[in-house]
Amino acid sequence: MQKYSIFNLVKNAFSNHENWDLAWKDPTPKKEYDVVIIGGGGHGLATAYYLAKEHSITNVAIIEKGWIGGGNVGRNTTIIRSNYMYDDNALFSEFGMDLWRKMSQDLNYNVMFSPRGIINLAHSDAQMNVYARRGNSMRLNGIDAVLLNREQVKEIIPMADFSENVRFPIFGGLMQPSAGTARHDAVAWGYARQADSMGVDIIQNCEVIGFDVSNGKINGVRTSRGDIKAKKIGLCVAGSTNILAEKLNMTLPIETHLLQACVSEPVKPVLDRVVTFGAGHFYISQSDKGEMVMGGDLDGYNSYAQRGNLPTLQHVLTEGVAMMPFLSKLKMLRTWGGIMDMSMDGSPIIDKTHIEGLYLNCGWCYGGFKATPASGWTFAHTIAQDRVHELNSGYSLNRFSTGHLLDEKGLGTKTWIS
Amino acid sequence: MLHIKCPHCGMRSQNEFSYGGDATVKRPELGKEVSDQDWDNFVYNRKSLRGKHWELWQHLSGCRQWIKVERDTSTHEIFNTLKATEEIS
Repeated sequence: MQKYSIFNLVKNAFSNHENWDLAWKDPTPKKEYDVVIIGGGGHGLATAYYLAKEHSITNVAIIEKGWIGGGNVGRNTTIIRSNYMYDDNALFSEFGMDLWRKMSQDLNYNVMFSPRGIINLAHSDAQMNVYARRGNSMRLNGIDAVLLNREQVKEIIPMADFSENVRFPIFGGLMQPSAGTARHDAVAWGYARQADSMGVDIIQNCEVIGFDVSNGKINGVRTSRGDIKAKKIGLCVAGSTNILAEKLNMTLPIETHLLQACVSEPVKPVLDRVVTFGAGHFYISQSDKGEMVMGGDLDGYNSYAQRGNLPTLQHVLTEGVAMMPFLSKLKMLRTWGGIMDMSMDGSPIIDKTHIEGLYLNCGWCYGGFKATPASGWTFAHTIAQDRVHELNSGYSLNRFSTGHLLDEKGLGTKTWIS
Repeated sequence: MLHIKCPHCGMRSQNEFSYGGDATVKRPELGKEVSDQDWDNFVYNRKSLRGKHWELWQHLSGCRQWIKVERDTSTHEIFNTLKATEEIS
């Protein structure tokens, strides 16, 4: 594989850039692999990459129904953070932050990681107290957190509504300066290119039709491009988790929901942080192209549509305008939706299953993109070693039976039902 | 936007309703021995079907009654609605 470098850029300029290697191949599926990863999204591609890199397992196939990076890794609002209170979430996410910082070098692909900081706004004294507690927990886990008062927030984001006479006045906020954004497509392509170069087969347009399970062991998978044998299979299919679980006769603590996002027309640089509204569910950042990138609540009812309805979008943008009134002057350029694997406590699952050789990675709710490297790393470890790593030990499937829920928001089950 | 036919009020817009999840989930019977697995299935585990799905909605900004709605989760088409007390056939 050609390395992406200034030297190769100049060299290829002499041949009008017509002789670059393909970033990844288009192989025909083999009859058998050591490991098959189902789902060619960010998490699946990262898992294959770390299987090859950290565990020297290269006889791996990624099978993807559509095209790689066509699901949620290309549909999110690109926010990367580790501002969690609970140890399991905080340590897992902060491990991921380290991988993010090194990712462009590691993958030889510019993922445009931009650690611009995230501010969660507070709109009451009580919320300031909650943020102080969360910030302290983060700092105890080695994560940077700064509690900002109203004046400090005003210095950073003067375009927010700081008038006194509003329904949700800004009292202050919690900032994680090391949080940020990255170019999401580049993350998928970077992992794909490196995984491919180490021998992983990326098989697109290949739908899973069923599984070959006998005596409690997985033997392989039946696909639209033929049967593929494998003693280890990893499920990394986000919004399609319930569909594949049904083929395995499993019922999971997961509901599938629709989440929308949108971007405005591009404007000159105005916002250099990620900001979240504290009195609802709304988050915003500005892309390098100048578009305001925004998202918020789920549509609220089970959906596989990858296409949303207007009332939710209207609700979300109302919150945006309450927080930053200038948004009302902007035209919306694009809106889109993706399907989320919503777990019952809001935290993910990376675990073994009751079927030997079948591994599960799902339940990412609103936060799948930022978890891409840590999820891939720990899932690869879980598959290669056939045991969970300390970092994903909290993300067990049986925590719902044992009562060890990771309900970061403290809202109980089905937090999306309001 | 969804348009849901409330069995009490007639056709109304989605804005008047709130969602209540899978309508086929049954609470374990009182007074009987209930296994942990039964509780798990009632509280946490969901099939979350793609295609026809019976679900609960509440006509919150209307008659405030809970109703059952049969909706396709991939096309959003609504086939049928029932009162909460009516059994799904």
